[in-house]
Amino acid sequence: MTVLALSDIARRFGPTIALDGVNLELRRGEVHALIGENGAGKSTLMNILAGSLQPDRGTMSVKGQAYSPTSPVDARERGIALIHQELSLVPHLTVMENILMGLEPARWGWLNREAARRKSLAVLENFHHPDIRLDRRVADLSIAARQVVEICRALAAQADIILMDEPTSSLQRDDVTHLFALIRRLRSNGISIIYISHFLEEVREIADRYTVLRDGQSVSTGALASVTNSELIVQMVGRPVDNLFPTRVRSPADRVLLRVRDLSAPPHLQHASFDLRAGEILGVAGLMGSGRTEMVRAIFGLDPAQSGTFQVRGKAFKAHGSSPPLQLSQGLGYLSEDRKGEGIALSLSIADNTTMTRFSSCSRWGWLDRSAQRKQTEARMRQLGVKARNPLQPARALSGGNQQKIVLARLLHQDANVLLLDEPTRGIDIGSKAQIYEVIARCAAEQKGVLMVSSYLPELFGMCDRIAVMSRGRLTPARTVAEWTPEMVMLAAIGGEETPGTAVDLGRQLRV
Amino acid sequence: MVAETKTERESTRSTFQNVWLARLGPFIGLFLVIAVFALLTESPARYLSPFNLRIVLAQTVTVALGAIGMTMIIVSGGIDLSVGSSIALSGVVTALMLRAGYPPIVSVVTGMFVGGLVGFVNGTVITRLRVVPFIATLGMLGIARGAAKWIAGQQTVNVPQTWVNELAVTFPTPSWLLLAPGVWIALLLSIMTAVILRNTIFGRHVFALGSNEAAALACGIPVRRLKVWIYSLAGLYFGLAGVTQMSRLRQGDPTVAVGAELDVIAAVVIGGGTLSGGEGSILGSMIGALIMAFLRNGCQQMGWPNYIQEIIIGGIIVIAVAIDRFRHSRSQT
Repeated sequence: MTVLALSDIARRFGPTIALDGVNLELRRGEVHALIGENGAGKSTLMNILAGSLQPDRGTMSVKGQAYSPTSPVDARERGIALIHQELSLVPHLTVMENILMGLEPARWGWLNREAARRKSLAVLENFHHPDIRLDRRVADLSIAARQVVEICRALAAQADIILMDEPTSSLQRDDVTHLFALIRRLRSNGISIIYISHFLEEVREIADRYTVLRDGQSVSTGALASVTNSELIVQMVGRPVDNLFPTRVRSPADRVLLRVRDLSAPPHLQHASFDLRAGEILGVAGLMGSGRTEMVRAIFGLDPAQSGTFQVRGKAFKAHGSSPPLQLSQGLGYLSEDRKGEGIALSLSIADNTTMTRFSSCSRWGWLDRSAQRKQTEARMRQLGVKARNPLQPARALSGGNQQKIVLARLLHQDANVLLLDEPTRGIDIGSKAQIYEVIARCAAEQKGVLMVSSYLPELFGMCDRIAVMSRGRLTPARTVAEWTPEMVMLAAIGGEETPGTAVDLGRQLRV
Repeated sequence: MVAETKTERESTRSTFQNVWLARLGPFIGLFLVIAVFALLTESPARYLSPFNLRIVLAQTVTVALGAIGMTMIIVSGGIDLSVGSSIALSGVVTALMLRAGYPPIVSVVTGMFVGGLVGFVNGTVITRLRVVPFIATLGMLGIARGAAKWIAGQQTVNVPQTWVNELAVTFPTPSWLLLAPGVWIALLLSIMTAVILRNTIFGRHVFALGSNEAAALACGIPVRRLKVWIYSLAGLYFGLAGVTQMSRLRQGDPTVAVGAELDVIAAVVIGGGTLSGGEGSILGSMIGALIMAFLRNGCQQMGWPNYIQEIIIGGIIVIAVAIDRFRHSRSQT
């Protein structure tokens, strides 16, 4: 029996198309996996289902009746609950208060404590979690326990369709096992679950059927038993990858631009050593949270390093003395993985954002020459193909891809000799990606050094000369691309300790 | 592709409108306030007379000087609640210096530097002790007020007759000045600061800091030092505001300007500054200060009681910010 059906759902945000024709059918008592890359539209789809966003087109039905929620309250009334990637509990209130939030049994506004206890115990009973007592503050619970509370909240609201958005992303292995047991129990009680993940093995373990989302469209659906992992990967990635990456002559010079030795910045980064040569693109693969980002931040001086040394253009210095102004003056440039949080100042103009690291190019005695600033920015915008009306527009008015080009334009304007790029193409459209690859390749051709951190393996294989893998805070030696296969990179990323017991772990961590 | 460029163009057009709405908004507000009172009053000629204009401008000097400093702080994403106390403290110090027989210029400059010192302490507490600006300056509000009362011996400090007393008078001598010297000083300083915020690296760093502190840090801007500078420079303006306040009263009063910080913040916010930082302009803040001054003056002309003024100004602040939010929500879709 179909409990939830989506047909041709579409949604755009300004210039970006998040969803463009999604069909999905959820049956009673099944766990349905929704798989797709980052940016494929999974989270947008969940928000539409949960009533936080409205689709621009398409229809939905719940148990045969039309469903068009205008707010999360509508969704709850129809029995749909969303369990967020970042949990949405109120940390200062107790477990009971969180479970019953919005459903408190009350008479004339007075909380009926006895009924509240009964009601929350009734749902909590299913889980036998020792840490969870009704009067404990949620802030004192572990992440896994909080997730149980969140699920209890869904059950207390009598949800029979539960949407789980990457529920295991912050869990330890034992907790994952518990969660899966819990999901199976829910399933046997006739509750239907949409389970979002990009860990294929995990999906195989828990889900019955799947739908693959790619670039905002549902591209395939079926039973998991009838499809192989590589078929799924093809469906997830299945885009013309051939012409996405520029062809480049891979012949880096011997001259070392940046030498990093024994760098550590606990707790995330244990050890990293590498050489970045002129004209080289060095890729860093690894799982999220493996210490990749921390390594780049420690090099640039944004996070304090504990030990290690750098050598930039032959000059050596200690890692813990590193700071952004110092590294900028040494010709290092940094592109953050968190564009809105750290990369770009949304209310400032494109011109200010582009020239921020090197105002000296368009100023004298501390005074800006605004027309020079404008001209220089226009030149960069043309160079990167930025779509905008003029350089004085606030960065906020641009699409994500164009904002990212502005951040990259800043590094070019700074004339950085060593580019530290952390996820340079995350969450942007394919057209912008191709242009950014083009610019990165040109930088390498100009004998600059590029360090590129990425979760997206095709990108690393398409662009890099050498790849090193970060695993549990340790960086493997860099090897040429020809010596790696994607499977080897993944194995290195999870530490290579393969035992039968780690099957779940391994699967969870494979970010394809 | 065609669709994308089209929406891109649409969004740029709406940004363009928004920019103009933001720039013109305070002017329209000022015009409306003046027009409404001109129509309400029985003698519009008197309300709109140069005579009345002089009164309004002379009354605005203190708030306007404070608003220049506050604009820098608010644009950088900070806040300063100690303005009123800082005004009282620097006024008292200036008055004590004058009474002790120091030359007027030395007394005035010292008064300014007392304000600057208060700002420096605020900036240092915020950056070194990592106390959020709201709390750090809330503490300073009490400390500076207490210090002012202490050094003044809990009394007003009378000052001898010098040119300092003429800074904010309605009828200046020589009469060819037309407006009080303080008005000209405020005008000059506001133009200067506006140009600095717009055209210097320091100014762009202030905006970058308020717009996105993490990005400013990643771009190598010395964020801590910059903050100390901003609070110290703004403190100089608050110190000067204290001097003009003393000049109007012709005595140093340690209990004066209680709540002045709220007037100053209101001027900046009415003028388009946002408390989350990254936005605001000196011109807007000056218009904001004028809007409040014309409102006060208009209410007085109408013979309305003080509480009516308070209610109206409260309402104007909320409306100004609501319009600003509306503009933002439109530009973000």
